[in-house]
Amino acid sequence: MIRVVLPFHLRTLARVDGEVQVEVGSPATMRGVLDALETRYPVLRGTIRDHVTLRRRPFIRFFACEEDMSNEPPETKLPEAVVKGTEPFLVVGAMAGG
Amino acid sequence: MSKIRVLVGTKKGAFILTSDGKRKQWEVSGPHFAGWEIYHLKGSPTEPNRIYASQTSGWFGQIVQRSDDGGKTWDTPGGGAAPSPDGMPRGESNKFVYEGEVGKHLWYDGTQHPWEFKRVWHMEPSLTDPDTVYAGVEDAAIFKTTNGGKTWQELPGLRNAKGNLWQPGAGGMAVHTIVLDPKNEKRIFVAISAAGVFRTDDGGQTWRPANKGLKSPYALPDPDAEVGHCVHRIAMHRSRPGVLFMQKHWDVMRSDNAGESWQEVSGNLPSDFGFPIDVHFHEPETVYVVPIKSDSEHYPPDGKLRVYRSKTGGNEWEPLTKGLPQKDCYVNVLRDAMAVDALEPCGIYFGTTGGQVYASADSGDSWDAIVHDLPSVLSVEVQTLP
Repeated sequence: MIRVVLPFHLRTLARVDGEVQVEVGSPATMRGVLDALETRYPVLRGTIRDHVTLRRRPFIRFFACEEDMSNEPPETKLPEAVVKGTEPFLVVGAMAGG
Repeated sequence: MSKIRVLVGTKKGAFILTSDGKRKQWEVSGPHFAGWEIYHLKGSPTEPNRIYASQTSGWFGQIVQRSDDGGKTWDTPGGGAAPSPDGMPRGESNKFVYEGEVGKHLWYDGTQHPWEFKRVWHMEPSLTDPDTVYAGVEDAAIFKTTNGGKTWQELPGLRNAKGNLWQPGAGGMAVHTIVLDPKNEKRIFVAISAAGVFRTDDGGQTWRPANKGLKSPYALPDPDAEVGHCVHRIAMHRSRPGVLFMQKHWDVMRSDNAGESWQEVSGNLPSDFGFPIDVHFHEPETVYVVPIKSDSEHYPPDGKLRVYRSKTGGNEWEPLTKGLPQKDCYVNVLRDAMAVDALEPCGIYFGTTGGQVYASADSGDSWDAIVHDLPSVLSVEVQTLP
C-alpha cells in the first residue's frame, strides 16, 4: 500500500483524516497513484489534475522522499521507500496567491 | 409565518442567514466550505431545500455541491466514494468540458485565444424541475445538468453566436447572468462580460445577440456592434418577461421587447456605473441599483453607500440611505450580490466586498446589516419559505 498525504482542502473534500492509503500495481508510478486515488475518492477528480488532459493543475506539487517530482513525467516510478510504505507520496497545494 | 433564507457566497466560504417573516432576528450558519471561493448558491424554486453551490479554488479547481435539506448538509452529486449503482462515472459533477472543438475568442492583444474553463460563476435552477440546472461559466459558456448536478453538458450554440469576437473584461470572460422566462420555457437570456446579452428561443440550441441600442464608445468604435458590450447584470419581473432591466459597465438600460432593443434609463443617477440590478417582487416597474463612482475606483460616490430606487421603470431615481453608511464607505457591491424576497412588503438584500449583508424589510426605505464581518461577498440569493 502506498501512503498519500493530501492537502487540507482535499482531505476535507474526500472526507478523510490524515494519510490515505492506495494500492498500486507494479511498477508503481505517479500516474498509478493518482489513478488509484481518484478511483477511491472520485470527488478528487479534476482537483489534482485536469479532467481531460490529466495534466497537473498549476498550483499542485508532488513530493516524495524530499524530492520535487512535480515536473517528472507521469510514468516516473516512485522511490522504493514510497513503494514500501516507509515514506509517503505528498500532494501539496503550492504556496501561491493569498 | 413565512421564513426567509439568505444564501451568501463569499471569497472564503458560504453562509446561510435565516429569519422569520419579520426579518428582524437572524441566525447565521457557516462557513460552509471554509476557505473556498463560493461564487454562487441558489435553491430550486420547486424544491427549496434543494440548493446548488459553486465551490471553486485557484488551487483545486471547480466543485459542485448540492444540499437536499436546505443547506444543513452537502454532498457532491456525482462524487461519492461508493460505487455507482448505475455505472455512471463518479466525479463527473465537477467536470465541465466544452463540446467539440474548443474554439477561440478575442484576446487582449487582438489575437485569438483558446477557450479555457476556469470556474462556474452562476447556477440557475430550472423553474419546473429540481434536477435541471443551468451553469454560467468562465471562459464564457453555458452548461446544463438534467440529473441533479451529476453530469454537465455544454449548450455549445451560445459560443456560436459570434464567440470569436467576445473578449475578456478585467474580471474575466464569464456567463454571469442567466434569466429564465417563466412564461416560455424555451426562452433563456444570458449576459456575458464583455460580450453582451444573448437570447435563445429554442431551449438553448441556438442563440443570438440581443444588444441593439447598447453604446460602448470607449471599447467599441462601431456604434452598432452586435457583440462586445460589457453587460454587468440583467433582471426581469416574473409577470412581465418581455421587459428587461440592465446595469451595464456604464448606463442603466431597459428593453420592452425581450432584448430586441434597449434604451437608456439612467436618468438622474449620480453614476450610471455599477454591478447589480433587481426588480421589486410585487411591483414590476420598481427597480434597484447601487451606483458606483467609476470603473477606475469601484466604490460608492462620496463614500456614501446608497441604493437607488426607481418606481417608474427607470429615469427617475431616489436615493435610499436610511441605515446605510453615509460617510467613509468604500465597498463595492458585485453583480450577483443583490436579491429580493417575496414577502409583503418586499425585502431587498445585498452584500458588499467589505463583508456586510444589508437587508431592508420595507422595500428599501430603511436598512439594517444582518452581518458586518463576513469575507468579501460574491453573491446573495434569497428564498421565501412557507
